[in-house]
Amino acid sequence: MTARQDITNAVEGAALGEVAAHFAGPHPIVVEGLVNRFGDHVIHENLSLTVNRGEILGVVGGSGTGKSVLMRSIIGLQIPQAGSIEVLGRSITGDGDEGDVDIRSRWGVLFQGGALFSTLTVAENVEVPLKEFYPEIEDELRHEIARYKVMLSGLPAEAASKYPSELSGGMRKRAGLARALSLDPELLFLDEPTAGLDPIGAAAFDRLTKELQETLGLTVFLITHDLDTLYEICDRVAVIAEKQVIAVGTIPELLATDHPWIQDYFNGPRGRAAQNSQERGRAVKADQAVKADQAVYSDQTGTAASADDASGTMDNPAGGEA
Amino acid sequence: MHLPPQCFYRMNPQLMREWADFTTEAVEGGGMTLSLSGPLTVSSIGIVDRRLRALDAPLARIDLSAVTEIDTVGAWTAWRLSEEHGAEIVGASDQAQRLISALRDCGVAGDIVPPRHDLVRRVPEAVGELVVGWGRGTVGVTAFLGAILVSVWYLIRNPRKMRMKAVVRQLELVGVSALGIIGLMSFLVGIVIAQQGAVQLRQFGAEIYTINLTGRLSMRELGVLMTAIMVAGRSGSAFAAQIGTMKLTEEVDAMRTIGVSPVEALIIPRVLAAVVMMPLLGFYAAAVSIIGGAFLAMFTLEIPFFTFLSRIQEVVPIHDVWVGMVKAPFFGLIIALSGCYQGMQVKANAEEVGLRTTMAVVQAIFMVIVLDAFFAVFFTNVGWG
Repeated sequence: MTARQDITNAVEGAALGEVAAHFAGPHPIVVEGLVNRFGDHVIHENLSLTVNRGEILGVVGGSGTGKSVLMRSIIGLQIPQAGSIEVLGRSITGDGDEGDVDIRSRWGVLFQGGALFSTLTVAENVEVPLKEFYPEIEDELRHEIARYKVMLSGLPAEAASKYPSELSGGMRKRAGLARALSLDPELLFLDEPTAGLDPIGAAAFDRLTKELQETLGLTVFLITHDLDTLYEICDRVAVIAEKQVIAVGTIPELLATDHPWIQDYFNGPRGRAAQNSQERGRAVKADQAVKADQAVYSDQTGTAASADDASGTMDNPAGGEA
Repeated sequence: MHLPPQCFYRMNPQLMREWADFTTEAVEGGGMTLSLSGPLTVSSIGIVDRRLRALDAPLARIDLSAVTEIDTVGAWTAWRLSEEHGAEIVGASDQAQRLISALRDCGVAGDIVPPRHDLVRRVPEAVGELVVGWGRGTVGVTAFLGAILVSVWYLIRNPRKMRMKAVVRQLELVGVSALGIIGLMSFLVGIVIAQQGAVQLRQFGAEIYTINLTGRLSMRELGVLMTAIMVAGRSGSAFAAQIGTMKLTEEVDAMRTIGVSPVEALIIPRVLAAVVMMPLLGFYAAAVSIIGGAFLAMFTLEIPFFTFLSRIQEVVPIHDVWVGMVKAPFFGLIIALSGCYQGMQVKANAEEVGLRTTMAVVQAIFMVIVLDAFFAVFFTNVGWG
């Protein structure tokens, strides 16, 4: 077995030592007492937040409340003035005793504009983290990984060889997602993934996020302004206001609180529309199931179904077909 | 004594990583069973992947039951093998099955980079592109000059439209803030000319002509030429990078839609600033380099400082000053035009900003030197030798 030994030696020679083990704890992100200040301007004051494993946590807040700053603090781009941040069981804010194991191979980040490297093709963008963390992987496998990651992110196969400047905004986001998923991370950070997408594209991106989260078992930290995203895919929502996380919970739980900002946010015209569209979506699904059942047993389905439709649209101020 | 490999890994923490492994076993009726074991993830697949690619025997079955952990890379490897060999996958966990079914539609076709043609085709293609590029460049420069002339004519008729604020700002950036570095550079150049001149002229006992050398060379050639090179490096590059970045961020397009002409708002102030500032900076540089020469003469030739300066008045003909001052605005024009033109050509990506900036500086310096040679011949022929 000398060939085998050769391969083993070659691979181990090229490899970068130890890698971070799969995180088994219940809370991949724990933020405590975070303080962020820019000069006199206080962004976060004693902010605390805990993310559960396997959930999609939506983070909302008015413009300028520091959602992106919170994300940048968690991923180590912004050094906070005080507080502790633990990601996948390792301290981000500590003095880096555990620096030998690079936690950055266990997360993926999608920036708002995609932040693709403009001189590389989409597939090469996906390969960058692979080359960086796993240089022992051979070109052939790395190209294959890049190709299927591109497809997995919902891009056509031709997009792999395109440069970011040749892509539309929505495709660039998907390409950014492909790069974020490059290392099969456990933790995915999305900064306003549906901002600037058309409603159909945004809904498709939401579905993709949910599908990938379920398939790959991801924990997702999602900053968004998009109420549809919150209703459709988020398990819990964290609200940032007054320099802190003022509430975390499911949307019904948040609606039960009487904080004025939360009430304005979810009960404003847009909040209502999103809520209704979600209910309508459920009603349509239930309706279709009923229709399918009835079609087998009865031929009077037509009238019954149209009556259902009418009742379904009654409480729908946004209008449109059910 | 033969130790299992694990013992060695323990000692070297650098290598402590659990790799995936596999065994093969022949089954009845041809083919083999491949049993993968250990974690099958992106971090542990390196060895197994290379060994599996070297495997030539046909597989009938891929057993995943000993796999402790799997991610998309592991699932992909298993699925690729099963497709290649027509093997069936057995013993897959729920997670593995889910991943494999998700990857099933993500076929392997497609390029990583845009297809590259072979040499026979690429070379003529590159040559053709270059030639067409030159043609287009010529047309582009002509159109650019035309646009500027139209704007200038428009601004002459409507002087109120002139963006004085932008012009003053550019005058400051191109001229005032360059005084320090150009002064220092010229002072040193003056010292070098005087020193080298003195060494050579001493052989004829003609050290006194160091004054002529320093004065005439500074006024006629070096003051303006060195200033042009410095301005090209400082301001020409800044023009290209600024305008190029504004092109990338669509600021230039935004201007057009608002009805602001980018030529009037961006290019005219810069061109004007360079044209106005170059003669001033050139004269300043020449003066400082004469002072540099005077300093050196004071210390090494024992010519008193003010004697040197008053001799300069006698030995430097006034047409030498004019030669320098006539050239300077043309140099400024070339520097500003090439900076702005290259900036406006930026498209696509950040790399191009860098390329265009380099091109702007190289072109500007080259053109300045070519023009300087023309001027040298021209002025000698008109009797300003």
